[in-house]
Order: sequence, then C-alpha cells, then structure tokens
Amino acid sequence: MARMSSDTKRVTLPLSSHDAASLRVGDEVLLSGPVFTARDATHARLVAELEACGELPYGLDGQVLFYAGPTPPAAGRPVGSVGPTTAKRMDSFTPALLQAGVRGMIGKGVRSPAVREACVQFGAVYFAAVGGSAALLATRVISSETVAYAELGTESLTRMELKDFPVFVAIDATGADLYASAANEWRVRSAEENS
Amino acid sequence: MISSADIASATGEAVTEAAVTLRSDVHAALERALSNERSDRGRRVLDQLLENARIASGDRVPLCQDTGTVWVWIELGEQECLCGDLQVAVDAAVETAYRDARLRMSVARDALLDRTNTGTNTPAFVEVTFRPGSGATVHVMLKGGGSDNSSALAMLEPSDGMAGVERFVLDTVQAKATGACPPVIVGIGIGGSFDKVAGLAKKALLESLDSTPSDPAVVSLENRLLTVINATGIGPAGLGGDTTALAVKVKTAPCHIAALPVAVNMGCSAVRTASVEVRG
Repeated sequence: MARMSSDTKRVTLPLSSHDAASLRVGDEVLLSGPVFTARDATHARLVAELEACGELPYGLDGQVLFYAGPTPPAAGRPVGSVGPTTAKRMDSFTPALLQAGVRGMIGKGVRSPAVREACVQFGAVYFAAVGGSAALLATRVISSETVAYAELGTESLTRMELKDFPVFVAIDATGADLYASAANEWRVRSAEENS
Repeated sequence: MISSADIASATGEAVTEAAVTLRSDVHAALERALSNERSDRGRRVLDQLLENARIASGDRVPLCQDTGTVWVWIELGEQECLCGDLQVAVDAAVETAYRDARLRMSVARDALLDRTNTGTNTPAFVEVTFRPGSGATVHVMLKGGGSDNSSALAMLEPSDGMAGVERFVLDTVQAKATGACPPVIVGIGIGGSFDKVAGLAKKALLESLDSTPSDPAVVSLENRLLTVINATGIGPAGLGGDTTALAVKVKTAPCHIAALPVAVNMGCSAVRTASVEVRG
C-alpha cells in the first residue's frame, strides 16, 4: 500500500483468541496467513453440513472466512483479482458459523445486529476490505487451493494464504461497529471543524 | 454498411478494455477526491483505489473481481440494416472475451429456479436504439452485483416534484451506498415508464464525469444532490469521510401525465463502462 498509517497492526492468521480480543474497531490491520473464501452458495452448504454432523467441516474451526469469489489466475499470480463481496448476504448463516468456531470474517458493508451480537458472544472479528481494490488485494495472495465444492467455480471453498492483506476492523469482539458509527462520527467532526 | 460481426467485435473489445482500465474521468475524479478528502481513513481508501487502478492496467488484471453481468446498448445508425440474431452474436463475443481476458463468470442460469452458473457469463442484457446516420456506437457496462443491488426505483406522483425526487435519491444513497463500493457515481433516471426509467439511470452512468448537461435545471439538481450526498459522511468504502459520491448524473425523459418515475442506479468507484464507435 502506498500509504500506511503509522499505527498499522500486523496480525498472523489463524486469528488467536488474544488477537481477536485485542483488536479494536477502526484499527488498520495487515493480515498474513490462511483464510477460506466462502460466498452465498458455499455458506448454504457449510451450514447444512454443520447441522448434519454437528461440527465445522474442512478444518474451519478457528479460521477466518473471506467473502470473495476470485477471477482466474493471471499475471503469474494464483488469482487475477480478488476482493470482498457484500457481507450482509451471509448474515443469516453467520451466527451459527461463529458459534461453531469460525473466528473472523473479511467482507464489505453493514452487518445485522445478530452478527454483531454473535461477534461479542463468540469473540469474533469482522474485517472490512476495500471493495473495488481487487487487483491490489490479489498481489497479497500468495497461494490458492480449492478445498471443497469445486463445481461451484468461483464460489468454491478455497484456502488462500495471505501476506500483508490490508483491512480495517469493522466489528470488534466488544461489538463496536465501524459501519454503524463512521458516517455519524464524520458528520459531527466535520460540523465541529466548520464551526 | 456494418454487420452483426462488427457489433460483436466491438462488444468484445469494450468488455476487455472496461474490465482492466479505470475510466480516465473517474481516475481524475479519484485524484481530486484524494486531495480534498479530510478523513485519514478516507484518504487511505482513495489511495488504495488509485494504486489498484495502476496495478490493474499494468498487469492487465480486472479492477474488481466482480467482472459483472454485461449490459450492451447499441445505438444503430438508421441507414444500417443488420442481418442475423444480434443477441447470439453479442453473447458469443462476450463468452470469448470473458474466457480470453480471464474474467469471472457471474451469471446464474435462472434467478429463482436454477442458480447454477452458466459458465459463459451470458446472456448479455442487450438494448438497441436508433440514431441518425450510419455506423453504430456500442456502449458496454460490466455491472457488479454490489452496485446493481444497491439501486432502487420509485413511481412517484407528479405532485412529489423536484423535492420528492431529491428525497428519494438521498434516502436511497443513505440506505444503500455503502454496499455499492463508494465513492459512487449516482446514475439517476427520471421519466419514461416503469421499465424504461431503470435503463435511463444506467445510461446516466455512461456520461463523462466532466460533462455538463445542457439544461441548467439538471446542472443545478446534480450539484445540489452531490452536496447533500457528500454531507452524509458515509465516505470512501463507507468508512467515514467527505467523499461519498464522485458525481451525480441525471437523465430525464417524457412520461405519462400521471407519473413521475425515478430510478437510481449506483456506479461503483470502479465503474466499468466503455463505448466503441463502429464506422459504417
């Protein structure tokens, strides 16, 4: 990233319970380590498998899900472009997955109150990546390997190894929510600066 | 005279270009926004978007992983006479362009009944209109799911007037802009019928951000809306700041005496459109 805040944190994945508890809303973070891509169709299947066997399949316990469907490999990289998709489409599945052990999520946009509450209850974190920066984000993916549901194509469950992948903490484990507060806080600050 | 093959070839060319190259007017608007944005976080987001555009065009990789459904608007010169099924020709060009440029296939076979991926990124959504002269202009938009999902349509009443239109647009932005990858370009259609007004809003997204509408009332409406939208504080990526929209673009049309249709089609910060001239 051309511009990096002086207080950018580096976090290694899988996310430890200590890191999950110490991250605060608004923190700028560079993530390194494994994540698992999962979108709409994958979520429906994961929750069905979870309900059928009572535990998270494919070693997802303690892992971070990345709401994304990449473009095919290009430019000598494992994926051409990959960025976050709209997270709220996954909201109805999320509390069950967090309860079963998923520790974090990367996506974009507002989440439901139920997701926020589940983050508090199960000590999970929702990270926001910048939508529309998928070519840049792809340069921070060092490997990509399909784990399940290959027939879903771009929606398959894929393990990606990240290196210095830039995100912001959007919901922390105390339930503080950046999307819910950022616009208001900026309006207030802006009014103060103008007065 | 031109052929369906010429239209298809222009479509393929436009798809490939739009996927990897940020529009120069959008790039310039992002640079202006970066110098005006007061939020640190907002500036970092804008910086990331500009760096993204540099990497995408340099490495010829998509600006966004959601390379969208393909919307094609063909303005055909009235002297032209095309033979054959234009939809078939355009779909073949789209499939080839998506495979060759390594874009993402993002079309479900049926919205409700069969959500398997067609694997070809077709069908494209094609519209044909006529204009004077020969040749054709082929406009292509790769429409991402996030920004199209963040759009809205209202059949207002004539008495709602200008104030009603402004309220509907602002409400839509407040409720939905975060999902459209801000800073957004707000495309607004006013007029036509229920089906036409959405297309009008989409066509507004093709307009250069540097162009000025001929009607001063439209200029004034665009400026007022841009000011109130950027006062929401939603900001880049929806994470707070001054830059929620880069531009507001309005297109108006005739309508029923009982109607005031309004549509808002959001364009994301990586709005992907290209227009190609086919000479007759």
